[in-house]
Amino acid sequence: MATNFVIEGLKATIDNKEILKGINLSMKGGEIHAIMGPNGTGKSTLASALMGHPKYEVTEGTVTLDGEDVLEMEVDERARAGLFLAMQYPSEITGVTNSDFLRSAINARREEGKEISLIKFIRQMEGSMKELDMNAEFAHRYLNEGFSGGEKKRNEILQMLLLEPKLVILDEIDSGLDIDALKIVANGVNKMRNEDRGFLIITHYQRLLDYITPDYVHVMMQGRIVKSGGPELAARLEAEGYDWVKEELGITDETVGQEA
Amino acid sequence: MTLQTILPLNLEALKSLSQQKNEPAWLTENRLKALELASKLELPKPEKTKIDKWDLSDYGTYQAPVKVATLDELPPLISALVEGNESDNLIVQKDSGAIFSSLSDELKAQGVIFTDLETAAREHEELVKPYLTTVVAPDEHQLTALNAAMWNGGAFLYVPKNVEVNIPVQAIFLTENAGATFAPRILVVADTNSSVTYVDNYISSGDDVRVHNGVVEIVAKAGAKVRYATVHQFGGSTTDMSYRRAITENDASIEWIIGEMNDGNTVTDTATVLKGNGSTSDAKIIAVGSGSQRLNYTTKAVHFGKDTTSQMITRAVMRESANAIINGITKIEHGATRSNGEQTEKVLMLSPKARGDANPILLIDEDDVMAGHAASVGQVNPEQVHYLMSRGITRPEAERLIIYGFLAPVVSDIPLERLQTRLQELVERKLGQ
Repeated sequence: MATNFVIEGLKATIDNKEILKGINLSMKGGEIHAIMGPNGTGKSTLASALMGHPKYEVTEGTVTLDGEDVLEMEVDERARAGLFLAMQYPSEITGVTNSDFLRSAINARREEGKEISLIKFIRQMEGSMKELDMNAEFAHRYLNEGFSGGEKKRNEILQMLLLEPKLVILDEIDSGLDIDALKIVANGVNKMRNEDRGFLIITHYQRLLDYITPDYVHVMMQGRIVKSGGPELAARLEAEGYDWVKEELGITDETVGQEA
Repeated sequence: MTLQTILPLNLEALKSLSQQKNEPAWLTENRLKALELASKLELPKPEKTKIDKWDLSDYGTYQAPVKVATLDELPPLISALVEGNESDNLIVQKDSGAIFSSLSDELKAQGVIFTDLETAAREHEELVKPYLTTVVAPDEHQLTALNAAMWNGGAFLYVPKNVEVNIPVQAIFLTENAGATFAPRILVVADTNSSVTYVDNYISSGDDVRVHNGVVEIVAKAGAKVRYATVHQFGGSTTDMSYRRAITENDASIEWIIGEMNDGNTVTDTATVLKGNGSTSDAKIIAVGSGSQRLNYTTKAVHFGKDTTSQMITRAVMRESANAIINGITKIEHGATRSNGEQTEKVLMLSPKARGDANPILLIDEDDVMAGHAASVGQVNPEQVHYLMSRGITRPEAERLIIYGFLAPVVSDIPLERLQTRLQELVERKLGQ
């Protein structure tokens, strides 16, 4: 069964301030959706709320993955159900090596007694690291500690490659990446692209979409998706910016939940 | 002002006990003087821990040890700690004295002496007398005076000039009968350019209340390298009061590796006096507190020599309502030019009732030095837990990874693989996982 991911009327608050004001989005396996929009319009909040970050409270709406209620699940259950969020600011964790972390994450998906063998794990990890042009020493470094911005992003993609999720959310994966790293990350995503897997790419630049062609492009403003279209929408946003969208919709301040 | 201290034994009893054990006259004299001192000295005052309310009077009485000839006769608690050929160089003390002692022919041939301290005082006076009670002075406070007066069993390790001992020697100290005085004293003398690793374990059995009053003295002569590793895992009924000191001469080095895994109240104080030029001290302390433990750990480095270096790292995890005070003191004396002292104390608290207090102190009386400190006290970071969980890892497993990760940078730096594994196991036991 191809993946089916549906968000309906999703509202979420942070510190009692409403940031998401009713998001509707339906995705199927094999599709790539891009969510674009200026800063402060609720894009990253959407990503965090979907993953279940404790800071955000979902007040209304439903999210289902293959018919299962995502919002009822704990964070780890969401991940095991197939949700993956490549974070904008991944945590640094001293004392936990990247490889121990990755192995724990893989084994969390397996039954007790059926853990991945060390040899197989190392082979998979090293293979994926090579694809991402990551130095082998990153396996033994503490998780994200002292990694540059670009190294952290690659490490997120490495996790995506190894965990093989059904629904991938990439939150500003392109920020802080130079053009070579951007191409490597895009290759990783394109390689993972298949009929069962959906991608939700959050970005405010067009440039990532030069390497990953989306099927659908959505513009987010004021905590809602205000405009949707095909790849041509991304191209127009790149060429003309967001002002024409605001004008068309009569929006003066596109942000949401910002202090006056 | 006269101080009314009720001592656990009187001069007459101490004198006759010493004579009964055939101790040399100088040692009897030494003990009696220390006991007199004890009656005049006050208890130590560890920073921010009030020990005057602690029951530190339960020393019990001396009970002559029953020696065993072979390892098979050792209590299972002890044999569990001995693996493979570790019994070749091993001292075991149960309650008031040594019950087993061995030294391999290889080390004997190199001139190494490794025996309980009582035997050493009788048989190697020339090597014991000049050092005993010189590193941890009896007049420091009541507890060091009491140990100097009533110490029993213990261990003496002597490594001759230029001798490198390649395998660790080990000692195990067990308090089983709470009614028996348990006051081991360790003396390590590493002669010029020698090197050695000494590992010991402190364990207990039984639920009756008792006190361990322990002292460790280490003398590292010029160019000597001493590694001293100790793991304390007393049960909740034992109060542990341990004072450890090393003196380093020119270019000597001391490495402390300390696992504070007791279940009872604990005060430990580990210090290096960097006397000689170019000498170094490195201390690593791993601690886990649980239940309602009151803990006070002090590490100290005192720089006298020029170009001396000290490094002190303490990592402590506190759960339930355990309370730890962690003091780091770097003291650089006037004249100790180009010295460098660094210290780090970190506490991770796992429950709202757990307490940790890290107190880094730098006392610098010389301009031409480097010194630094870092201290932190905190709880498991919820962002980190979320990050791990977002990859499918369960909350308990995520927390476990973070807690072990907190200790890992120090544990993974321990050069003895067996000790690493043992500490890991003890940490797991104490964390109840």
